[in-house]
Amino acid sequence: MSDANTPQGTHPGWSDSVALALVQPIAARPGPLLPALHALQQCFGYVPAQAVQLLANELNLSRAEVHGVITFYDFFRTTPAGKCRVRICQAEACQAMGSAALTAHAKARLGIDFHQTTANGAVTLEPVYCLGNCACAPAMLMDDRLYGRLNAERFDALVSAEVAP
Amino acid sequence: MITVYVPRDSAARSVGADEVALAITQEAARRNLPVQLVRNGSWGLFWLEPLVEVATPGGRRAYGPVTLADIPGLFDAHFLQGATHPLAQGYTQEIGYLKNQERLTFARVGLIDPLSLADYRAHEGLVGLQRALEMTPSAIVEAITTSGLRGRGGAAFPTGIKWRTVLNTQATQKYVVCNADEGDSGTFSDRMIMEDDPYTLIEGMIIAGLAVGATQGYLYLRCEYPDAWQVLNEAISTAYAAGVLGASVLGSGRHFDLEVRLGAGAYICGEETSLLESLEGRRGQIRFKPPLPAIAGLFGQPTAINNVISLATVPVILARGAEFYRDFGVGRSRGTLPIQLAGNLARGGLVEKAFGVRLDELLYEYGGGSASGRPLRTVQAGGPLGSYLPAAHFDTLVDYEAFAARGAMLGHGGLVAFDDTVNMASMARYAFEFCALESCGKCTPCRIGSTRGVEVIDRLLAARHKARELTLLNDLCETLQHGSLCALGGLTPLPVHSALRYFPEDFGLPPPDASAHGA
Repeated sequence: MSDANTPQGTHPGWSDSVALALVQPIAARPGPLLPALHALQQCFGYVPAQAVQLLANELNLSRAEVHGVITFYDFFRTTPAGKCRVRICQAEACQAMGSAALTAHAKARLGIDFHQTTANGAVTLEPVYCLGNCACAPAMLMDDRLYGRLNAERFDALVSAEVAP
Repeated sequence: MITVYVPRDSAARSVGADEVALAITQEAARRNLPVQLVRNGSWGLFWLEPLVEVATPGGRRAYGPVTLADIPGLFDAHFLQGATHPLAQGYTQEIGYLKNQERLTFARVGLIDPLSLADYRAHEGLVGLQRALEMTPSAIVEAITTSGLRGRGGAAFPTGIKWRTVLNTQATQKYVVCNADEGDSGTFSDRMIMEDDPYTLIEGMIIAGLAVGATQGYLYLRCEYPDAWQVLNEAISTAYAAGVLGASVLGSGRHFDLEVRLGAGAYICGEETSLLESLEGRRGQIRFKPPLPAIAGLFGQPTAINNVISLATVPVILARGAEFYRDFGVGRSRGTLPIQLAGNLARGGLVEKAFGVRLDELLYEYGGGSASGRPLRTVQAGGPLGSYLPAAHFDTLVDYEAFAARGAMLGHGGLVAFDDTVNMASMARYAFEFCALESCGKCTPCRIGSTRGVEVIDRLLAARHKARELTLLNDLCETLQHGSLCALGGLTPLPVHSALRYFPEDFGLPPPDASAHGA
């Protein structure tokens, strides 16, 4: 996981040698695929197509197995995200405190729908289902930083302060 | 030197605790006041977060909710001496919400610096583990059985019986797995234990390892909890350095290793067999049972897989004795439950009480009624797969059997309150949508039935003659309930049925008769 507010991914582009250096120490551990995918996504910001063959080779899996795992889990991206990944909770406790209105506001403010990135590459908007902040609803994550008691004004302040288009 | 406490819990941070902590340090420096800042866990009084405490000779005094703008005023009012102020809440321990709880699992949460092993030891930490090291595995299992502890993840299966099965299964390698994939909306007690008292969980996992004969533990954590990930990893490395974990647990010669693994955003991985698949590096699709994980679990080996709260409760049971724990509670629900008050409540937070407390006491006396000031209409208990209870059922006792008798589920102890603006048809629709989104795809009723459910509800709402759609919906629910392989498909009918039964007017159906509400 990255620190709060760092851009998604620390490495500018795919590199076999960087990826191998990340994956090889993990390969010997039991059940290495998820830790390896987390390491690659943290480094590159997403799991590029080139990663599939590399992981299959290093972990002695078929490409289909690797592809199947990547696509099963919502957290893994196969395309780059924006500089900041904003994930607004859609679950019941946040619904009870107005997350639907907050979500509509966020989409309008950013001019994008879920799973899209603003044209300037600043923000990717995603739904998420529970952040464990249900007593301070509605809640969202900006990268790894949790926010609660949100409303339209607070959302705007947070988004403009850090990553506004 | 005056000690000031500002929580590091992610919920407190989510409403400004970091900024408040920094501002207090800066303001103290500016005024040349000697302040030592401790980042404690949250007491779980979330409506008061950020809750700042000051150590005074008479005890810790609380102020909250503190904003940046309040800080100069707090200093002017001499809050460092515990003086009065509009935000003053008195002595922390005297706040009614906290004072009237029975905190066993959460005894240290809020009190201590979560990452200080010295703090942990000073507050009864590792006493349970020390006891366990002097006991036979069978005696540890017996103590857990006697305590009456049942799985706090929601299924409420007796922990002692599960452990006995693992203990009695012969294998060269066994595992302890902690299910920390706390995905149910309205639940955050696992997150709080992990962030605010991680050593309790580590201690509980080591004891589980001693009990069942496992030397390796895995903690499967959902990736939506980045703060818990940081705290757990730091706590584990401190525990290794102090000889609590590793080749010789507390110098006993007994071995236990522990590693945290991150999930990747799949709700289904909270189901134990999906979690094991995920840990092994596969898609989180559920496994057929039998074999039980206790017999053939992680990598095919006997595995004790337990929820965070179950494991974090083990140390106090060993430290204080099985009878001490068992003497709390009612009926077959022994001990305490950390209840999470969430959603539309004025005072959301963590309330650990012995089983047997009434729902309305939790909602009104603790929760303070709705946050919006409007009447509470319903509460969803037990997460997205739990029933919606109508106000007529707010007299239900927190007790696994009492909830089951009302066709509801206590689950992990999360209560999500809704005021009278909620549309129950849209909540029922959401239950199907969520099931469709999170279905692992292995069994047909869940994979396809969930999508059909959304469509049937849409048609039901649009139809003038509703009888046909209603029959279809009931049929579909029955298929999901009886034909699904796991609880995701099997329990999705609960929220749907309860919404239909108690709030038919939201579906354009005739209002319920009195008998339905009184059931």
